[in-house]
Amino acid sequence: MTDAHTAGPFIAAIDQGTTSSRCIVFDRDGRIVSVDQKEHEQIFPKPGWVEHNATEIWTNVQEVVAGAVEKAGITRDDIKAIGITNQRETTLIWDKNTGEPVHNAIVWQDTRTDALCRELGRNVGQDRFRRETGLPLASYFAGPKARWLLDNVDGLRERAEAGDLLFGTMDSWVIWNLTGGVNGGKHVTDVTNASRTMLMNLHTMQWDERIAESIGVPTPMLPEIRSSAEVYGEINGGRLGELLGGIPVASALGDQQAALFGQTCFSEGETKSTYGTGTFMVMNTGDKIINSYSGLLTTVGYKIGDQDTVYALEGSIAVTGSLVQWMRDQMGLISTAAEIETLALTVEDNGGAYFVPAFSGLFAPYWRSDARGVIAGLTRYVTKAHLARAVLEATAWQTREIADAMTKDSGVELTALKVDGGMTSNNLLMQTLADFVDAPVVRPMVAETTCLGAAYAAGLAVGFWNSTDDLRANWRRAAEWTPRMDAETRDREYKSWLKAVERTMGWLEDEE
Amino acid sequence: MARNIQSLERAAAMLRLLAGGERRLGLSDIASSLGLAKGTAHGILRTLQQEGFVEQDEASGRYQLGAELLRLGTTYLDVHELRARALVWTDDLARSSGESVHLGVLHQQGVLIVHHVFRPDDSRQVLEIGGMQPLHSTALGKVLSAYDPVAHSEALEADRKAYTDRTVCEPDGFEHILDITRARGYAADVEETWEGVASIAAPIHDRRRMPVGAVGITGAVERLCREGELRPELVAAVRDCARAVSRDLGAGRF
Repeated sequence: MTDAHTAGPFIAAIDQGTTSSRCIVFDRDGRIVSVDQKEHEQIFPKPGWVEHNATEIWTNVQEVVAGAVEKAGITRDDIKAIGITNQRETTLIWDKNTGEPVHNAIVWQDTRTDALCRELGRNVGQDRFRRETGLPLASYFAGPKARWLLDNVDGLRERAEAGDLLFGTMDSWVIWNLTGGVNGGKHVTDVTNASRTMLMNLHTMQWDERIAESIGVPTPMLPEIRSSAEVYGEINGGRLGELLGGIPVASALGDQQAALFGQTCFSEGETKSTYGTGTFMVMNTGDKIINSYSGLLTTVGYKIGDQDTVYALEGSIAVTGSLVQWMRDQMGLISTAAEIETLALTVEDNGGAYFVPAFSGLFAPYWRSDARGVIAGLTRYVTKAHLARAVLEATAWQTREIADAMTKDSGVELTALKVDGGMTSNNLLMQTLADFVDAPVVRPMVAETTCLGAAYAAGLAVGFWNSTDDLRANWRRAAEWTPRMDAETRDREYKSWLKAVERTMGWLEDEE
Repeated sequence: MARNIQSLERAAAMLRLLAGGERRLGLSDIASSLGLAKGTAHGILRTLQQEGFVEQDEASGRYQLGAELLRLGTTYLDVHELRARALVWTDDLARSSGESVHLGVLHQQGVLIVHHVFRPDDSRQVLEIGGMQPLHSTALGKVLSAYDPVAHSEALEADRKAYTDRTVCEPDGFEHILDITRARGYAADVEETWEGVASIAAPIHDRRRMPVGAVGITGAVERLCREGELRPELVAAVRDCARAVSRDLGAGRF
């Protein structure tokens, strides 16, 4: 994949994701030089449980790094640093003497800690630790997952107390192994990953002893919290040691924060939204820790070396691309995801139909687990093409609701929305988004913003790039959609959408 | 009247044989049913297999009708699927060439723009998706006319307007340009549609080698040409992009 337009030196980035591990080599302009990728097994021991084999993941990471370097046709001298981005919250405990995981990693989607989280809420409820950590007590976050392992794997608590075990999210696992593993591997995590454990205090940026005690995780097993862009150590030992020994390991960012960085959202109020099966929207809130009263998460955006921490607000939408897949696989109305646009374009509007895909309840800003999906406004007139419109509009309206919540919490109006992810190839959706959010929607030229963010942070740490201004200069606009809908239509449609949302609530009657 | 082509007749007979009665047949059954030598029958079957009209069961070695037959006449490439497949390659073309990129398909008597990537210079630009371009004067249109017979007849029937004094309008000249396009594998438009603007385009083929669209760059003639000639590195970049999208359509579509 190399071509004459890219010349060294380069930065490599590892994306340790939920379904696969990837490595991408970037040049100084932020262009992709080579890519290698390998999927790993999804392990489902029980309904609602999801695990990964961390040994398999580490093997794959080594393979894809070697693969990407080989495809680029370069050597260690051409690579100035390597950065890491990762699936967030996925939790692992391993033995520091043998390097062996004591159990499979518990993946972020895994719901086994539901009951534990309710118990931890005691009489306060899910906001018990929100002021310190920015997060509600929910099964995603890493701290309670670690507690579950300590409680349920034989002998683990004793080994933890003896100081033989290390805890980490996937960034820590990869960095520890890259930097030597049992032979002096660095046990660190970055502020963005630490902010998803429910164990870090956003105000001090350190582990919160009191919360760790309440959740039941001994702090000596926790990694050292470092910035997102600094040299943690060098590649050392193992298979990669021979190939790439000595290269600085210089960044770590959770995947959504890496996308924020890759989209160069460096100023307060800048917002990115990533459209995949679900959607993650993150707004840079500068040096402000904004408590959300609208169901958003308060989290760390990034921290470059010893500069001030940059905070963020995050809202997620559970069902966006997966609704299109549902139309394809379960309803059979289209044969490929892209055809949703073709079908939707055969009509002018939604014909009065609204589709609220609350398949597993309503998430931000409502958080109603008793809600279920609804198609509202049906008449004899409505065709499958109108439903295709309603499907695309559902993604756009849900984005609007998160944007409204962000504005309400932060007081900052959205001036433009930077988008990435697979659904950005849907032109009608992007135009609808601009219309509903009433702000320009901008797509950058590099689709791989997650890996790019990790590469950027690593490059900053080693002086490959000098400042975030250098990175902004690399950012290129590939397309921009401007709002065309008149305010009256938008307001009327939004009202109808909100009415449809109301009708999803209370469907389940005996919710625990 | 010209003689029929014997191997095609035999291939048709084989397909009829596989379509009727038993679903799977061995090589010797097929050869003896049609009165052919095994070697001859095998050669025809192998060709049909390469085209996807016949499939061979790995375990038994027997032949059956291929999935490609079912797709004949029933499938077309959705333009939004084409855009989704082209996205990364067209971004990279814009980045490497420094020019805007357009992807076009035949629609009525012109080129419908289905994808547009901005020129990467941060200047104010407007998305042109949904816009139309003429078939006879633009690089995208010439590529479609050269490779797609339907586009070719549309272009010949259309009113070929002279947009500039360099536009080629008369049929002979136009046909000559299409011959050159096919011979070189790309088309150019140097100030034939817009004064001061040049474009270069190449064809995108699907897995059945059908021309499904054209991709190209458009920019100021001073940047696309050097000393009166198109810059060869830009031609190469456009053709690389077209090949990459074609590969993507062939490798991953089914």
